Amino acid sequence: MNRRNLEEKIFLGLMLASVFIVMGSLILIVTVIVLNGAPSLSIEILTQTSEGGFYLGAGGGFLNAIVGSLLLALPATGLAFLIGIAIALYLQKDFLKPGIANFIRICLDILWGVPSVVYGVFCLTIMIAIGMTGGSLLFGIIALTLLEIPIITRSIDESIKMVPSGLKESAYSLGSSKFETAAKVVRRQAMPGIIAGVLLGFGRGIGDAASILLTVGDSNYFPSSISDQTAALPTMILNLVSMPDQVVQNKAYAVAFVLLMIVLLISIITRYLTKKSSKYIIK
Amino acid sequence: MPPRTIRGMLKNKLVLVGILSLFLSFIFLFLFSNFFLFALFLIIFIILLVYNFIKVSRKLYDALGTRLMLLATVSVIFLFFLLLLILINGSINILSDQSLSDLIFSSTWKPFSGKFGLFAVIVDTLIVTAISMVIAVPISLLSAIYIAEYAPKKFRNIVRPFIDVLAGVPSVVFGLCALLVFVPLVRDDIAPFFGSNISSGFSLFTASLILSIMVFPIIISLCLESFNSVPIALKEASLSLGATKWETVKKVIFRAAGPGVLAAIFLGFGRAFGETIAVSMVIGNQELIPKSLFGPGQTLASLIASNYTEVSSIPILASALIFVALILFVVVLIFNLLGYFVLQRASKRWKY
Repeated sequence: MNRRNLEEKIFLGLMLASVFIVMGSLILIVTVIVLNGAPSLSIEILTQTSEGGFYLGAGGGFLNAIVGSLLLALPATGLAFLIGIAIALYLQKDFLKPGIANFIRICLDILWGVPSVVYGVFCLTIMIAIGMTGGSLLFGIIALTLLEIPIITRSIDESIKMVPSGLKESAYSLGSSKFETAAKVVRRQAMPGIIAGVLLGFGRGIGDAASILLTVGDSNYFPSSISDQTAALPTMILNLVSMPDQVVQNKAYAVAFVLLMIVLLISIITRYLTKKSSKYIIK
Repeated sequence: MPPRTIRGMLKNKLVLVGILSLFLSFIFLFLFSNFFLFALFLIIFIILLVYNFIKVSRKLYDALGTRLMLLATVSVIFLFFLLLLILINGSINILSDQSLSDLIFSSTWKPFSGKFGLFAVIVDTLIVTAISMVIAVPISLLSAIYIAEYAPKKFRNIVRPFIDVLAGVPSVVFGLCALLVFVPLVRDDIAPFFGSNISSGFSLFTASLILSIMVFPIIISLCLESFNSVPIALKEASLSLGATKWETVKKVIFRAAGPGVLAAIFLGFGRAFGETIAVSMVIGNQELIPKSLFGPGQTLASLIASNYTEVSSIPILASALIFVALILFVVVLIFNLLGYFVLQRASKRWKY
């Protein structure tokens, strides 16, 4: 009896220690970025592009990186959403045999697990093959779309699996076709999952550095066409960190702070929207 | 059903937009002679016309929608094989130049003199991934159990969203923190403690530390999900037989949630194995067989990030990097399939 209680005590202690380690290290990460990033933020740094020697310690800001990141992540998320929702709806057993659907799910899971740098290399290979050097907005968008498709599709798919079959059956019995049921009934019922999936994909897309690093190049201005090189928040952090000057390096924390705030904002919006959209769901 | 009468059609906003765009297109053609805008509005009109036509016939609408969904589904399978094909096709160059065993078992990586030995990098990758998993797995499992089973409800409600947010924090942010906190920590405290005084802080161990922290939220949030789906009756049965809480966890919850926990560990492994940016910021980027854990190294993924800039000056380097990406892809593929089959077997055996 004593030994069992001792074991209980020991493991409870270990658990508390590991929760402490996990929470401590994660809080440490956030505090480091906030404490180092917030002081270097100013209106100026947020509203100017980096053309005036931002990397050399002179003035200027990183508005071009913010705009660049949004120009990369928004179209990529839009495309990935259109493709993702089509696939997720088609994976229902109304359309596909469960065996085939499971095979596609495995493929998507593998694609989800593929490191983002592989998508970067994939786009880089195509760029080399068509003789393009330096990178462009277009290939950045393609890389991010490929990265986000499995994430968005699988999240939507998981929430579509939860749609009660009675709901679908009543739609069928009212005379609606398979596609109408999928596009009108199932889509509405799965709305919270769809929102969560899309925002999850957007968060991953805007924060991913490895695929962007290989495909978009760099620029001090706003991109004016889709074949231009562009700056983005994650690549700008890498560029700033590699500079020798300590003052310039510190600006990296300001950029990271903005990136962290965007991610935080996305997750708050997700919570709000999922709560709001799950109001009308039939349980 | 789409409206059939004229008044009903006018109530439809899309029809109004269509008529408006036709009107605008003529205005631009005749009043401003602007052909670009004329064409644009005409195209909008035609698209809306076609859309309305399709909408009128339910069968057509249905068939078209289903075909589009099928197209998307087929294209994602196509994408999967295209990815594999392009990576293989790209690495043919380097494979015809040097033998596979040369690439994998030689450890000199000197792109400028045409040497592409990956042995050192592979060893480093295995070491970094293994250490980070050894740190991350027990700690995240124990904390997941605490959060799911022991913690008061208030604590749980605060911690869960926090962990979910952190799972989405970009890797470059983690890398930046590692640069500021862990590099000096390893240089000044940890490395001297283990008796290696010349460490610069940019080391395999630093990379493993930051990787394990990045993996925490992933493993924890997936484990929490599978712990929460264990039916409460199972726990109650065990507790009512006189088992302590820990015994219930060990013998009931771990078995019932076993497949989910395994899946979480596999996913964490994949993340640690393929992480690029955070690792390349702190590992020191030197392709060496490590003499100690506190020396610099290079992983497969970070090798790509630190070498891609020279691709345009050395053409064969591009092929070598594509080969590295192929290795990453294939390893992830194998691990996912392995995980899938283990899960299939485990969920059959551990069914409750």
